[in-house]
Formats: sequence, C-alpha cells, structure tokens
Amino acid sequence: MKRLAVRAAIAVLFLVPAFLPFDYYVNIASQILIAAVFASSLNLLVGYGGLISLGHAGYLGTSAYVAAWLVTRGGLSHLWASLGAVGLTTVMAAVFGVLSLRATGLGFVMITLALGQILWGVAYRWVSLTGGDNGLSGFSRPHPFGLELSSANAFYLFALAVFALAFLFVSIFVRSTFGAGLQGARDQPRRLQALGWDVWSIRFVTFVIAGFWGAVAGVLYADYNQFVSPHVLALTNSAEVLLMVIAGGAGTLLGPIVGAAVVVLLKNVVSAYVTRWVLLLGLVFVVIVLYMPEGLVPGIERLRFRRRPLHRGARA
Amino acid sequence: MRFFLIQSLNGLALGGLLFLLSSGFSLIFGLMRVANLAHGAFFMLGAYVGLSALRAGLGFVPAVLLGGLAIAVLGGLAERFLLRRLAGKTLPQVLITLGIAFIIGDASLLIWSGDPMPLPIPQALSGAVPLFGVFFPKYRLAVVAISVVVAAVLWLLLERTRIGAMIRAGVDDMEMARGLGIAVPRLFTIVFCIGAALAGMGGVLGGPILSVYPGLDMDMLPLALIVLILGGAGNLLGAFAGSYFIGFLYTFGQALLPDLAYVILFLPMVAALALRPQGLFRLRAA
Repeated sequence: MKRLAVRAAIAVLFLVPAFLPFDYYVNIASQILIAAVFASSLNLLVGYGGLISLGHAGYLGTSAYVAAWLVTRGGLSHLWASLGAVGLTTVMAAVFGVLSLRATGLGFVMITLALGQILWGVAYRWVSLTGGDNGLSGFSRPHPFGLELSSANAFYLFALAVFALAFLFVSIFVRSTFGAGLQGARDQPRRLQALGWDVWSIRFVTFVIAGFWGAVAGVLYADYNQFVSPHVLALTNSAEVLLMVIAGGAGTLLGPIVGAAVVVLLKNVVSAYVTRWVLLLGLVFVVIVLYMPEGLVPGIERLRFRRRPLHRGARA
Repeated sequence: MRFFLIQSLNGLALGGLLFLLSSGFSLIFGLMRVANLAHGAFFMLGAYVGLSALRAGLGFVPAVLLGGLAIAVLGGLAERFLLRRLAGKTLPQVLITLGIAFIIGDASLLIWSGDPMPLPIPQALSGAVPLFGVFFPKYRLAVVAISVVVAAVLWLLLERTRIGAMIRAGVDDMEMARGLGIAVPRLFTIVFCIGAALAGMGGVLGGPILSVYPGLDMDMLPLALIVLILGGAGNLLGAFAGSYFIGFLYTFGQALLPDLAYVILFLPMVAALALRPQGLFRLRAA
C-alpha cells in the first residue's frame, strides 16, 4: 500500500511538467526539487544526527561557485567542473566536519555558523577570485549525454533524476545499520559508545555525506540559475534550508521535501506581491518554533492517526 | 611607524566597540546558554535609533542612551515573551533569536532604507589630538575610553554587587543557584536587558566609525561569535581581551590584505578549535 503510494507520487512528479502550462511553474517545480535535495542533505545532520548546522549553505554555495568558476574561468567541460565541484566541496566538508564536531549542541551551531560566514566572506571580499558582489555569470547549462537542458521541461526532468537518486540514497541510508547508529548517536550517545560504536566517526561520516549531497544540490543550483553570487552563501540561505527541514519535519524522509515545497512556493508567491521575504522568513521561524516544533509531516500524521499529541514543546 | 600607530588606534577603537557588543553576548551565553543570534541586529538597530534621535535634534549622549534604552526594552520583551516560553530548550531558543534577527534586519531596511549612513561625530569630539607625533582622531580615543569605563563598571557590577554575585552563581552552577532561592527567570531578563543595552549603545557609538547600513547586523554577529569562542562564555576578562585582539587583527588585516581580512579573522578561532577543543570554555557542555 505504502509502496504503491510512493510509486504513484513518483509518477505524478514525472507528469507535473506536462500539466503545467507555463515555463514559470515548471521552473518553480525545478527549484523545489533542488531545494528538496539540499534540505534532505541537511536533514541527515539535523533530523537523524541531532546536529543543527547553521552553515549548510556553505556546501551548496561552494559547489556552485567552484562549478561556475571551473567552467567560466577554468575552461573545463560541465562534467569535469561538476565532478570537481562536488569533489572539492566534499573534501571541504571533511575539514569542516573535523572542526565542527569538536563540539555538539550549541557549540556545533556556532562553529558551523562561523565557518559558513568565512565562506561568505571569501565570496564577497575576495573579488579577484570570486567576482565579489557581481558573482560569476556567463555559465551555460550542461548537455549530459547530448541532452539539451536549456528548456524548462528538460531541466525539470534532469533535476528530478538527481532528486530521485538523492531520495533513494537517503531512504536506504537512514534504514541501514549505519543510519540506526546515527539515530542512536543522536538519542543516546553514551549508551551507543558503551555498545562499542564510535559516535564521533558516525557523526563525521554523516557530516561528509551531508556535505556531498549539499554539493550535488549546488551543481544543480548553478546549472539552473547559470549565475552565482555571494547571496547563495549568506546566513539567510542557511537559515532558509534549516527552516525547510524543521517546518517539514526533521528526521522524516518526506519532511524536508514538503518543507522545501512550502518555502519555495511561499517565497515565490510572496515575492510576487511584496519584497519583504526575509521579514516573513523571520516570522515563520518564530511561529514554527513556538507552535509547531515537530514540523508539518509529523503534525499531519498525528492528526491522521489520531494519536495523543506528542510533546507540544512550547510550554514545558 | 606612522602607519602602525594609526592602525593600532583604529584597532583599539574597533576593539572597544567589539567589547560593547560581545560582553553582553558572552554574559547572555554564559548565564542562559543562549547564543543570541539577534545580537548583531540589536547593535544595528541601536545605531539606527541613535541616527533617528540625532536627526530629531537630540545631542549625542542622549542619542547613545536612547539607543541603549530602546534596545534594552526590545531585548527584555523578546526574552520575557519568546525565549522564556522555550525555557530549557537551547536549540529552539537559538532558532527563535535567528528569527528575531531577520525580522529586525528586514524591518530596519524597510524603515531606514538601504543606503549606508554615517552618524555625525559630536562637536566636542571632532578633530584630532597630536600624540606620539601623529594626529589621532579624538572620537576614536573617546570610544576606547568609554569601552574601558564600561568594562570597569561591568566588572564592579559582577564582582561587587548582590545582583552580580547572583549572575556569577548562575553562570557557575545554575541548579545550585536555583536551589539557593535565586529568582533565575528574573535574572535572565535582567542580563538579557543589560546585554541588549550594551549592544544598542555600542551601535550608536560605532555609527560615526562604521556607519550604519543593512547587513551591519550580520557583519557584527560573527565577530561576537569569534570573541566568545576565544574569550570564553560569561568571562568578562576573556571578552575584553578577545575583543581587542580581534579589533587589531581585523584592522591590520584590512590594511595589509584587504581581500582576505575577513578570513584571517577566523583563523584564531579555527586554531583554537583545532588545538584546544577542551579549552573551548565549556562550549562542549552546551
């Protein structure tokens, strides 16, 4: 039954571009897929690992910058640039992982935030390398296996394929023994340690994997926008993806995807009427934290199964 | 030589401003275990309030006080009505301060527009004084002096008053302090107000040097974070030393390697993390 529902959902996703009359909507659907890959990667850390990162835009942003730089200034093909971007960003994630995982909890939040700000500073101030505020442009979309991705529909299917891979990976990952270990490290680190697991290594590997998928989302981002600017590395972007995870439901497979859809739709709809997206982002943050700490997906499931309310969180 | 003297003074002035920013940040973190991510926004909003006060014809000193007072009230309200509802839940508290930071940042952009605006230097402190054969701007010297005075007052408050003893007790051992009958929630509100007021006053005082512009909040927040990581949570002396160290580092970095100044700033933090994680001043225990 559940498997059938998943297959139906996948079929619907494939058919979306066919039913959307304008490129505008197809493009929004593509943005949702990119955001969903990005949010799912952060969810590994936040939801399953219990490690709240406020620097996750660093992986998407660095990867997008490296890909754009290698193509526009390095003269590499898209394939090599994308591989280089993902590879380099994953190595960076390993270094940042060693630094960030010196602490957990609040310390981890602050270190990831500070590291993310370093990257932003490089992109913004190191003008000769990154183009500064102007960013890097003149980047075209790739032609994987001779496919033309410049149309909205073609790019959507490309993003969907990458998203499907990411989703498959994450669903297998969290159900694996390693995924169980990760969740154990989140809930009972000391017990897990006593059982002979290496808690630090579990977290470190997860950190690198999250960085890897963040980098994949970054390549998609660069391909989609054909432009990268320091904005992609800003704290607002890290906060946005964290909001997707938390609003949708951290530690659930579907949560970040629902969260990505809600945030991207909200952003596009709101931006069409007012320019105060950041203000709204802040308000949504406050409301979610106060009234819906567990997120949309668990909240809806709770309603469907009429379980007794889980911890309400707000008033302890 | 001239270059070093002038840059040193600039470093001192920035260090003084950083102390106003990060002493409150550090106290709040040390006592409440809340990384107040709205602290940079408090600093910026203080500067904007000061700017409006100056434009309305107030003097510089009243503008500084008004900036501090306004932010103290705002901080107090945020603590009392938002943070307290999440008492004991560290991470949701951090997230909510981030939400507050975004709201303040974007609302300021709406009210005061996007142009960078320097605050005018008060008449009495304009001009420069000769010192060691170099002319130093009076205002920057005054900022250094003010930060030293504030540090001394804070130290006296913490070490020599009853409320200071309560705060120190809370930083050292919250459970025990609670057990001894200290009204911890009220203490939280007081400390949050003090920290917010310092940030707000720092913003006004920094206005003539840094100007006030959208994004000042997110420029200042990481600096407060670095000072906290270097200086230790709730450690006034650490915040003082860390602020001046970072003030110097940033000033000289910007003068010598402008492209990389921002990155250089984070190197001591990375070194501290890599070399002495346990020396991370109880960050780990969070």
